[in-house]
Amino acid sequence: MNAPAVEPILETRDLSVDFGGLKALDGLDMAVYPGEIVSVIGPNGAGKTTLFNAITATVAASEGDIRFEGESLIGLDPNRVTSRGIARTFQNVRLFANMTVLENVMVSQHCRTRQSVFGALLYTKAFRDEEAEITERGKEVLSFFGHRLVGYRFDQPAYTLSYANRRRLEIARAMATQPKLILLDEPVAGMNPTESAELTGLIGRLRDEWGFAIVVIEHDMEVVREVSDRVVVLDHGVKIAEGDYADVSTDPQVIEAYLGHGASA
Amino acid sequence: MSLAAPSDPAPPPRPASEPAPETGPSVGGSDDDAPPRPPFAQDWRRIARMGAIGAVGQIFISLSNMPVKLDGRAIIEGVLSLGYLSLVVLPLAAGSRVGHQLRREGVPFHRPGAHEVVGGAACGALVGGGLSLLAILIANFNLREPLVNWSPILADLLAFNRGTAFAVVIWLAIGAAVGAAAGLLRVVPPLARRVLWTMVLTLFGAAVLESLTTDLAEGMGIEALIDWFYAPRGGLTITGAIALAAGSGVLALVGRGRIKGAKARIDALEGPARNRAQGGLILATAAVLVILPMFAGKLTNELLANVGLFVLLALGLNIVVGLAGILDLGYVAFFAVGSYSAAVLTAATSPRINPELPWFVALIGVVILTGLVGLFIGAPVIRMRGDYLAIVTLGFGEIIRLLFLSDWLSGWFGGSQGITNIPGAEIFGLAEVAGTDPRSVFYLVLAFCAIAIYVSWRLERSRIGRAWMAVREDETVAEAMGINTVNVKLLAFVVGAVLGSFSGAIFSAKVGSVFPASFLILVSIVILVVVIFGGMGNIVGVIAGSAVLIGVLGGPKQPGLLAEFSEFKLLIYGALLVWMMLARPEGLIPSVRRTRELHQEELAQDAWLRGQTEDDHLENGEGRS
Ligand SMILES: Nc1ncnc2c1ncn2[C@@H]1O[C@H](COP(=O)(O)OP(=O)(O)OP(=O)(O)O)[C@@H](O)[C@H]1O
Ligand SMILES: [Mg+2]
Repeated sequence: MNAPAVEPILETRDLSVDFGGLKALDGLDMAVYPGEIVSVIGPNGAGKTTLFNAITATVAASEGDIRFEGESLIGLDPNRVTSRGIARTFQNVRLFANMTVLENVMVSQHCRTRQSVFGALLYTKAFRDEEAEITERGKEVLSFFGHRLVGYRFDQPAYTLSYANRRRLEIARAMATQPKLILLDEPVAGMNPTESAELTGLIGRLRDEWGFAIVVIEHDMEVVREVSDRVVVLDHGVKIAEGDYADVSTDPQVIEAYLGHGASA
Repeated sequence: MSLAAPSDPAPPPRPASEPAPETGPSVGGSDDDAPPRPPFAQDWRRIARMGAIGAVGQIFISLSNMPVKLDGRAIIEGVLSLGYLSLVVLPLAAGSRVGHQLRREGVPFHRPGAHEVVGGAACGALVGGGLSLLAILIANFNLREPLVNWSPILADLLAFNRGTAFAVVIWLAIGAAVGAAAGLLRVVPPLARRVLWTMVLTLFGAAVLESLTTDLAEGMGIEALIDWFYAPRGGLTITGAIALAAGSGVLALVGRGRIKGAKARIDALEGPARNRAQGGLILATAAVLVILPMFAGKLTNELLANVGLFVLLALGLNIVVGLAGILDLGYVAFFAVGSYSAAVLTAATSPRINPELPWFVALIGVVILTGLVGLFIGAPVIRMRGDYLAIVTLGFGEIIRLLFLSDWLSGWFGGSQGITNIPGAEIFGLAEVAGTDPRSVFYLVLAFCAIAIYVSWRLERSRIGRAWMAVREDETVAEAMGINTVNVKLLAFVVGAVLGSFSGAIFSAKVGSVFPASFLILVSIVILVVVIFGGMGNIVGVIAGSAVLIGVLGGPKQPGLLAEFSEFKLLIYGALLVWMMLARPEGLIPSVRRTRELHQEELAQDAWLRGQTEDDHLENGEGRS
């Protein structure tokens, strides 16, 4: 575990999410520390995505508290959560498919920009500066992925991207919101081994170079072992294990959860 | 800007339009073309089905009384009237459609030949046969009671005044001939097809635009030429028609590919050169629009002013529907509020308060008031999504009209009497814009259209516009990406409302009176149809849509160039809309985005994607070696 002197950046306390009787999350206590990469694993339907949805206020928590940098997120709208500094990607890629690659990363800086209709209409200096700035930052986050999303691709609609590139663009879009914490929902799903190895490296660099704390949901144990400082295992909405990869992967309860569900580990 | 440096990897020219290389009726003779089918090996069931549908359509058109009503309007003197034209459209369409083959991978594509002509003739004859049947029925039964247009006049029209037997034969023959001609169009080489279409469209256009061209010619003092082209009682003269057809045919031959080439060259330009080319184009258009009305008479200017008012409305609605994706069916509310507030602020006859402000000063009040109403209506509505939102806006549109109509507020707005004697708009003492001088109205409308275009154009390329698009694409994700969707949508609503209020303020100064009856739901629908028809989300498309629909067919109350159509306007609007949704859902002049969105072109895209992932693997491989 991390040094106890450091305050967690994200903390859930007794977090529960109810879907009409089904407890997708049941009394979850969890903490993420600054600069840490935490993996959340668990069989299908364990409540991993629901955890992300609860943190980003897409679904309401029925009980418990979520604290980000010491302040509660309960009751905030999703866009307020994002402007506090939490960004996410989606398990089933959800880009703005008909906007261009560059527009995707520009629009996600919305909550960091201030220009009004009048600025746009009068084409003020402030407006032009801001446009230049978000264009620049957009290009910067895109170039994080090598040459795949740059150059002529800036102006291509997002739907023309390959599957792997769509996943990359989703991460870029999350980065562009200038978060402190990034939630990645199965970032390498559907990628081939080369691509997923490469993205694993990028996740590490996201923390090292950009200083984000990262929570990543992943089924690919290879990736989990590579990236995580700590692993949290969920089953039926309950945390059944927590620790570093070696501990967790040998935990009998974890093995039971995976084998018992017949899911691939 | 500095990042667009030469360090970018060489961009392969691979735009989204790249897939689907050989759709469209390109030159026959590619590898998977099969030889023409034998002439009589037809799919008779398909022909029968389409023929029957067409026949029913013909009967419907006849009994809607369109042929009789439109017979008075000649297209070519003594040869073809609009009424008869309405009876050959369906055989033409059916005859063409029956020969349509989808080009699909693995399915042989037969070169068009006699098969298409025979099929077209058969199908056309069936469609025409609908009229034969109708002629027989009219001769033998009297169904005048339920079907008011079941009349001898219609029978005479169908029979060319020569009796039922003639009608039966002639319509089968006309149908077959028209259908065969449509089939033949598939056979002739593309160049011939283009020339033919150009000729037909030129003739039709010249006939439709008759009052406009005559009016302009009078303004320019070249009536003699016009008298040669147009017959005294309307329609093209035969000599004029032949000359026009020949002229346009030659132009089509000579100009083949030139226009496309020029457009491609402009598209290929980059940076400042491109901006200059576009700027030049815009300036030229503006110059024409400024100069044209000087030569035009009252009629033309009236028409232009009406079209302009709807362009203004459509541009406003385009922001709401086209950019932000909010389906607002009550947009007329803002037109109404704009009109009424302008009336109250400028007219001495306004019942309760009458500050009699000059128009431009009143406009400030109009903008503020309409903006507030936009906020007021928008705030509850905007939290809904999809169908619910559409229904609620529909309701609010009616509520606003009913409020103006109500006894409760008649002390303010005059109830059903409305407000009359509204003065014209005084433009800084330079000119007085009023309905009696449609030219000045047009110039005022033009100025405000320019403003609206600028606003749309600027906003689309701003933080706000991008947020609107994101909301349109996926509201949940937009919110998760930090966009306050409620505020952003409300803003779209208010901007749309303000643009609509401009149109309202000009409208009240132009017409000089406002009544609740001017703000029926129909207006909302018409504006929406204009936006959809023209091409949602595209400024040029929206303008073209207004010009075609409002200019030619007419607005809810305003006559268009084909004033004869006014009775059938809604019918034609509906038919056009259905056809548009089937054939070209992205609209007349679509925005690039919408086209992509609606024509998913999945096969081609997947193929492209496959190529794309291979690229990535190659890239990876290279990176490692
Ligand atoms: N919006 C919802 N309404 C009702 N039930 C839901 C909803 N979202 C999730 N659930 C249920 O909650 C449980 C947890 O779902 P969740 O999506 O969090 O699983 P997961 O761990 O992400 O699984 P996977 O690995 O398949 O992505 C599931 O049983 C699911 O059916
Ligand atoms: Mg999930």
